[in-house]
Amino acid sequence: MSSSPHFTPDLTVRNFAGGINCPNPFWLASAPPTNCGEQIMRAFDAGWGGAVWKTIGAPVTNVSSRYSSIDWMGQRMMGFNNIELISDRPIETNLREITEVKKRYPAQAVIASLMVESNREAWHDIVRRSEDAGADGLELNFGCPHGMSERGMGSAVGQVPEYAQMITEWVKEVARTPVLVKLTPNIADIRTVARAAKLGCADGLSAINAINSITGIDLDTLVPRPNVGGKSSHGGYCGPAVKPIALNMVQSIMADSASALPLSGIGGISTWSDAAEFILLGCGTVQVCTAAMHYGYRIVEDMADGLRNWMRGKGFRTLEDFRGLSVNRVTEWKHLNLNFKIVATIDEQKCIGCDLCHIACWDGAHQCIHLDRVSGPTDGHVELHPIPTSHEVASRSRITVTPVTRRERSQTAGLHSPAHGPYPTPLARIPRVDQTECVGCNLCSCVCPVDNCITMVEVPTGLPAETWDERIKGTSNAAEPQIL
Amino acid sequence: MLTSVSSPFSEHPEIRQRFAELHSPLSSQAAVVESNRCLNCFDAPCMVACPTHIDVPGFIKRIASGNLRGAGRKIIEANVLAGSCSRVCPVEVLCEGACVMHRYDRPPIQIAELQRHAMDAFHAWGEPLIPVASPAIPLRVACVGSGPASLACAAELRRMGAHVTVIERRPLPGGLNTYGVAEYKLPTADSLREVELIRQTGVEFRLSEAIETTAQLEALETEFDFVFLGVGLGAMQSLGIPGESESIQSGVEDETHGILNALQLISAYKTGHITRMSGAVVVVGAGNTAIDAAIAARRLGADPVTMLYRRGPNDVSAFDFEFDHARREGVSFLWHRLPVAIRNAENGGLLLDIQAVKPAGNSLADDRKPDHFEPIPHSLFSMECRTVIPAIGQSPLTQLLTEFRHIAVEHGRIVTERATGQTTHPRFFAGGDCANGGREVVDAIADGKRAALGILAKFNSAAEVAHV
Repeated sequence: MSSSPHFTPDLTVRNFAGGINCPNPFWLASAPPTNCGEQIMRAFDAGWGGAVWKTIGAPVTNVSSRYSSIDWMGQRMMGFNNIELISDRPIETNLREITEVKKRYPAQAVIASLMVESNREAWHDIVRRSEDAGADGLELNFGCPHGMSERGMGSAVGQVPEYAQMITEWVKEVARTPVLVKLTPNIADIRTVARAAKLGCADGLSAINAINSITGIDLDTLVPRPNVGGKSSHGGYCGPAVKPIALNMVQSIMADSASALPLSGIGGISTWSDAAEFILLGCGTVQVCTAAMHYGYRIVEDMADGLRNWMRGKGFRTLEDFRGLSVNRVTEWKHLNLNFKIVATIDEQKCIGCDLCHIACWDGAHQCIHLDRVSGPTDGHVELHPIPTSHEVASRSRITVTPVTRRERSQTAGLHSPAHGPYPTPLARIPRVDQTECVGCNLCSCVCPVDNCITMVEVPTGLPAETWDERIKGTSNAAEPQIL
Repeated sequence: MLTSVSSPFSEHPEIRQRFAELHSPLSSQAAVVESNRCLNCFDAPCMVACPTHIDVPGFIKRIASGNLRGAGRKIIEANVLAGSCSRVCPVEVLCEGACVMHRYDRPPIQIAELQRHAMDAFHAWGEPLIPVASPAIPLRVACVGSGPASLACAAELRRMGAHVTVIERRPLPGGLNTYGVAEYKLPTADSLREVELIRQTGVEFRLSEAIETTAQLEALETEFDFVFLGVGLGAMQSLGIPGESESIQSGVEDETHGILNALQLISAYKTGHITRMSGAVVVVGAGNTAIDAAIAARRLGADPVTMLYRRGPNDVSAFDFEFDHARREGVSFLWHRLPVAIRNAENGGLLLDIQAVKPAGNSLADDRKPDHFEPIPHSLFSMECRTVIPAIGQSPLTQLLTEFRHIAVEHGRIVTERATGQTTHPRFFAGGDCANGGREVVDAIADGKRAALGILAKFNSAAEVAHV
């Protein structure tokens, strides 16, 4: 990092999906933030590289209300759900505004998201009109999970590979701009539709659309949210909560040669680091919706700035320098090295004595983090450890009084002041890892609230790398060096 | 017993205005955000540091989850006066002082504010206290005094099914929670609200009833199996200086003129008997009660208010936040000074002779041990004032029991076994200030709880013997 040269990483996207160019990979996904031209122009002013227009099709009537969210730990909108349909504006209005946006913002990508009834003429018509209006590309919405699917569109198409392929082929018969197929995650294996899109000669994919969800139930009215006059309907789930699911699906598509196409990644992207992860798994652009709905268009400033700063630190000059680098770091479980071992190590200077690692290991893992820094009795070679409840009862029953005088306060200072002994925390509250028993599961490092307090350290097993696949096939190669 | 314990009390509007609360309570959203900062430590140090061992992470997680009723219930299980404690506990040396966040260079979780949030909701809903065990047990206990120790003991025993009677010499129950805590920390009405909940569990209250004669003591012993003494400390010590008894005592001309001890002042303004003060006031001492009295004098209108202390600013026995509070209220301090004589001034005020001193021999500040101060020559001066407020420690009133029941008393404190509150007499238990010499409200509550368990254990073992 320290010796990183001073250069400005280039975020330009060139020739994505065979022809889309834009100043950066950050697109607004097809959703309320891209409802009209005025919004999209403001978004481009804020710095977005592209926008996928709110899905254009025969205008719909929406309901009130439409959204619901999952709050977590006092934070709003960890997960977000909607039952809003496609654009409720006339097709002509949307197309006229596309023309106007493209005229004023030629450098930014405007993608028309499309959804019409499943007949060839209807698709031919909307594709021609969208391209005539000036769209840089098309995104076929085969993913909308609610409402439209009941009318034979959206995910009703995206869940049947044959339909998806057929409509893609219809579109490709007339399309002159790149065609992206937007995939629904509400299917057993997303690759089946990705393969169908590829067979239908799609130029690229967008993944993932929203996940079927009921976000929660109002415990007063007993009606799930969002409440539409006493009833609800399943919606599409998105926001930070869905990112891990999206990453997995993106990786599975990009690792499958029959599926892999230029991909626009979608799913819970809120920050530059989320975007970097999708690009590392092969995405050429990324799409954002919930974060923009939460905080407005200006979040793109840090997304671009943060991505550039990370790229500079890593020495990546362009997006292509790192795109896809992590795809092959995911493998099937059977190809993992069974002889790689790590163990938990607690930094005693950093430990604050919350003992969450202890109880997590005790109740949720493998009982090898102990609160016994003052060594206890043994039975043969086995150490005897007091169980957590006995710790709890013993300390709870201790007679405690308020230190009233200054002398008492100084005597109990150990409890309150940071400066005493070699550790900031009393030794009795610093847990001990039994490293011979530790299985290296990571749970303690996941629960530890202090950055870098618990680290997982590799311990050499002295054994050659061996995978489960090799073990059952008897093809272990002892001479092969261990790959980290 | 049908009327509420607070029926004789109504809040004086002028006092409410002059002693408005120091902190406004947390909003619901702020409470949820703050509760989510809590790490939920295993065997949490905050819980251990609380003398009543409130399950702090347990109630905080309930606030976070939206289970506010459960939070209040969790708190009340450990401490029936948790509302008061959330206002008056010196949490910086207790739960919040023990918070692991200190070691992470982050502010501790605001445990007191969260506890208050839960308890305010608990009281607002009119939730009853813990249900009383049934069947009732044939155990009759008198709790003498109605301060925190007695109330905690009574509530705990009642919960086990015992028949409990609280006997209080004053017209309102609650002891120092009602009469002795600065109004801006704990309003009298809030203290009475907590006592009322205890009464509703079936604890009997006999108010304005003092135990002062051997006949009364004998009657008590006849009626009850065990007696818990939660009588607190007696009157404030006098200044013990020449001229004291000849000087104007408060109440002769008016309540606020003359020598007026700190607890008298606090209880008088809390009950609306004093609503204003004027002129110069000297407070002798620098403990927490002295500071409460000094701030009260300021807020009632006295000016200047000067605190006189025989040691220096590093040795005040008040907590740092109390000390800082007094300075913010405009109280001034005279360090290393002792009053040596007092007399009536010609203009009707008081003249206090003050001597500068320095520590001799044992220079360590330790209230438990007598210490010596040497006068500094030629440092004597006189200060004129309208009121002198002695607030230099308190002395227990336990003479009766010492004389007639041979209950051992040492350094003015009733001798008890720490874990059970048992005195040297098998039927008498004690806790709170009369046993611990004057500590915090939460310590008195813990004493009361332990004594209840001690009494119950004694009762059970006696019952076993009877069955054999």
